[in-house]
Amino acid sequence: MQTSPTSRPDSGRGTQPLDERSRGLRKKIVQTFAAGGRGHLGSAFSLVEMLRVLYDHVLTFDPAQPRSPQRDRMILSKGHGCLALYAILADKGFFPETELWRFCKADGILGGHPEFGKVPGVEASTGSLGHGLSMGVGMAMALRLDRNPARVFVIDSDGECDEGSLWEAALSAAKHRLDNLTILLDYNRMQSYSSTSEVLELEPLADKWRAFGFQVREADGHDVPALRTALTPLPFHPGRPGILICHTVKGKGIAYLEGNAKWHHKSNATPEEIAALFAGLEQG
Amino acid sequence: MRKTSLDMVFELAKQDERIVFIGSDLGAGVLDGFKRELPERFFMEGISEAHVVGMAAGLALEGKVVYINTIATFLTRRCFEQIVLDLCLHQAKVRLIGSGGGVVYAPLGPTHEAIEDIGILRTIPGMTILAPADATEMRRLMPQTVDHPGPIYIRLGKGGDPVITNPAEPFRIGKLFLLKEAVDILIITTGTTGRVALDAAALLDNQGLRTGVMHVPTLKPLDSEGLLAAMAPCPVVVTLEEHVTTGGLGSAVAEVLAEAWLPAPKRFKRLGIPDAFPCRYGSQASLLDQWDLTPQGVASQCLTLSQRANV
Repeated sequence: MQTSPTSRPDSGRGTQPLDERSRGLRKKIVQTFAAGGRGHLGSAFSLVEMLRVLYDHVLTFDPAQPRSPQRDRMILSKGHGCLALYAILADKGFFPETELWRFCKADGILGGHPEFGKVPGVEASTGSLGHGLSMGVGMAMALRLDRNPARVFVIDSDGECDEGSLWEAALSAAKHRLDNLTILLDYNRMQSYSSTSEVLELEPLADKWRAFGFQVREADGHDVPALRTALTPLPFHPGRPGILICHTVKGKGIAYLEGNAKWHHKSNATPEEIAALFAGLEQG
Repeated sequence: MRKTSLDMVFELAKQDERIVFIGSDLGAGVLDGFKRELPERFFMEGISEAHVVGMAAGLALEGKVVYINTIATFLTRRCFEQIVLDLCLHQAKVRLIGSGGGVVYAPLGPTHEAIEDIGILRTIPGMTILAPADATEMRRLMPQTVDHPGPIYIRLGKGGDPVITNPAEPFRIGKLFLLKEAVDILIITTGTTGRVALDAAALLDNQGLRTGVMHVPTLKPLDSEGLLAAMAPCPVVVTLEEHVTTGGLGSAVAEVLAEAWLPAPKRFKRLGIPDAFPCRYGSQASLLDQWDLTPQGVASQCLTLSQRANV
């Protein structure tokens, strides 16, 4: 069993400047947000590097065959972070970029939460928290039954750890020794109302996951090389599900969004607010 | 009925590698043969029903056909959101076998009495709801569940229920079964109350009221046209179910009737469990007796309606 690190693994999280790719993906996210006039911008911004590393370096997939049996499965259980998922899926060619500009429109396929069957590359409809991990456990069990070496990745949020069903799923993943299942936990320490410590304390979070039978790793969730290193090799430990706790900053990339609960979700964004977002991106 | 359904899951699983069974924390020895012969596809997952339904959805999305069994209330009440989102929204081939439909668990009290399961599931798009009348019907029904699209809820009776269905008549999901021809009165029923309906019909026949019984094992999708055709000649229509009168079979038939624009209105009544939690223990039979869901009680209600109809 891995012991708790002596230094706080979240210290200095997200302090490194974002590179061109991370900034470009965030620009796409703001453009998508602007097209719909709404969205969970802060939740999406904390995810960008996690998704980027998965899709650039870890996952096996073919956008031309999004249901290929050989693909790795990636479930965004925190479905409200979908603006980031849509940006990366468009970037990888799962659907044309023009689809982003129909975000939340009546004739679009991209809604405020991602839907299976509508969006190529989306493995499960999520939006209500506490569902994705159970579905991921089921997929991982099916892949094992089929002797399929494909892997399952689930991105959960910290607020999602409030849900009891998530811990039911964690018990089950450990019981079945699902080492083909890896969670990436977006630990930005903010939920809709306020900080996770104020709403419902999760600490000691890494110890909780260890106690539930997971092999735990931690990384700065905005540090691309650190995330790549943390996700290599897989599985983290034979016969054990893994979790990478990604220490992130909600709203990372625009200074006035960072750690700002008011930007958890925004609707009816004004042209001035949208212009300020683009300006904020330039400033970093 | 429960033993037949689970035995059938085992039989079907032996023939079809896609079939997987999940229990929550069932009684000792349940499906031991399945566990012994097909251990890779047998899961006892603990008292974590919400997770079990989500996990089943994940398995189904990978091509498995998943059968879950646990107590009906835990499946339908506790897992409602998982059923809506993980199963119905994904059209996942998961079959929920709910033990103790109605007041089978009368001695255990309201936590275990599935009195509104049909009503709540009937509101979900893409759900299929089955309530067979006896074990022989269950045996004919189960093979039809393997390739049926989307999720299915299968409501179980107590077990040892008298056989009232015709073994020679093939089961098909969505099909209505006329157990007895109607002229004056039609009793529409589902699940195990078919026996009560038939006995009530016999009592009414003795009084010169030619009473028929329509068994509706598929509550959703409901064969509205078939029901309307069956109701057409009868001035009196009564629904009978071991379920609250809000939301179940009676409500479904009332909806059909209300929108049918019939030239002459029916004398119609829903018979079932009143809109209140059961306040007594005892037995399934004693509760049904308390609510007049007995042959005599049903016949009496039908007679009253018939007399009014003849005014």
